[in-house]
Amino acid sequence: MANALRIHPEDNVVVALRELSPRADLELSEAGETGVITLEDIPFGHKVAIRRIAQGEAVIKYGASIGVATADIIPGQHVHTHNLRSVRGVVKP
Amino acid sequence: MNGRDSFLGYRRPDGRVGVRNLVAVIPSCACAHHAASLIASRVPGTALLDYNGGCGETQADIDLATALLAQYGRHPNLVGSLVVSLGCETLNATDLAQRIASGYAPTELLVIQKSGGTRRTAEEGAALAEQMVARARTLQREPCPASALTIGLECGGSDATSGMAANPAMGAFSDLMVAQDARVILAETSELLGAEHILIKRARTAEVGERLLRTMEQCERALKATGEDFMGKQPSPGNVRGGITTVEEKALGDVLKGGTTPVVDVLSYGQPPMRSGLSFMDTPGNDPSSVTGLVAAGSQIVVFTTGRGNPMGHAIAPVIKVTGNARTYAVMGEDMDINASTIILGAETVAQVGRRLYEFCLHVAAGQPTAAEALAHHEFKMLRYGPIY
Repeated sequence: MANALRIHPEDNVVVALRELSPRADLELSEAGETGVITLEDIPFGHKVAIRRIAQGEAVIKYGASIGVATADIIPGQHVHTHNLRSVRGVVKP
Repeated sequence: MNGRDSFLGYRRPDGRVGVRNLVAVIPSCACAHHAASLIASRVPGTALLDYNGGCGETQADIDLATALLAQYGRHPNLVGSLVVSLGCETLNATDLAQRIASGYAPTELLVIQKSGGTRRTAEEGAALAEQMVARARTLQREPCPASALTIGLECGGSDATSGMAANPAMGAFSDLMVAQDARVILAETSELLGAEHILIKRARTAEVGERLLRTMEQCERALKATGEDFMGKQPSPGNVRGGITTVEEKALGDVLKGGTTPVVDVLSYGQPPMRSGLSFMDTPGNDPSSVTGLVAAGSQIVVFTTGRGNPMGHAIAPVIKVTGNARTYAVMGEDMDINASTIILGAETVAQVGRRLYEFCLHVAAGQPTAAEALAHHEFKMLRYGPIY
């Protein structure tokens, strides 16, 4: 059963449709199996990387940039304030 | 082809249509607030407009409040107004009452310093308000086209479900309303920083696109001039706990509220839309302030999506609550009208929930109370730009 949603085909993160434990197989409601396994706890509604995202690269959701990675991110990792920051919402980038 | 749906509303002498019959009690300054609230609490059918400025403010703020309170007094959901003044405030209450009286609804002005204090003002005001409410009881609803509606779109207490379910459903709802030639207003400028390209692409003309861009840039400049990063405000701490990390991510989920139709105009705070279709209004992301601007512009109904659960309503406009979060619907069900979490569960499509919301909205227009009305919510917060003297 699907446990994550990829909002746009170009997204490098997906949204957890329920609380996910480590080692959960990510299955998308639209596209099925991803082959990606969660590496940590992912709260409901939070983002999981499904591609490798290098530090400084854009995190893509809704098919658009939602900010840049502040650390290298590997598939299965939780993507949130610890490794993603806004570009638009900071006074001194 | 545009639709011809209708609902039972109150036709006003000026051609507009009301969905409620309320008598507004309007304090013209914070010092008149208590007397005004006594009147509103004594007379069912009245609504207190909780204005707390009116004195010690910049002339620009006084002028904005006077203009918007006058628009409130002539709002189609109202059948009368009582302005309660202290007597020595900066805001010119006589001018305000005259501007309201230029509409169809009866208007009275009470001045506390002339009436002889709090209790006498409250007694005199309650008697006047009772007469206005009694006159309103004789009014009958009649069939009115959905095109007579102005609908404000708002979101608050967003989480990740807002962008996945409730906002896309509101977008489908907005498209249905626009197909009826209704006026729909998208708002909350600071919550769209990072998604402006989507709206600008849909601008009716290049000039509208240019004004959209300028409005967004101005908002971003003003916020950054404070020297503070957006984090903690846009997104808010609750947004972040709900899975939204950045303002861009919030914006991309937010912009879905406006559906897919062209952006026909850009409005200032409280400015009534002149064209049918989707307009954009420059309002703050702060929900009570934004909704107060949307209703000042003539919105008879506001539709409000919330992931984490915001219970707010409004003094004179029904506010319809939509949540895409199943947990919020379960624990705050009494505050919610529409459950959009079915989209995430795969039980309903975005289009189906949008249609359900549209039909519910026409029922609300015809008198069905929303959850916020049933709970007597009456939020009102006038925007203030400047410092206080």
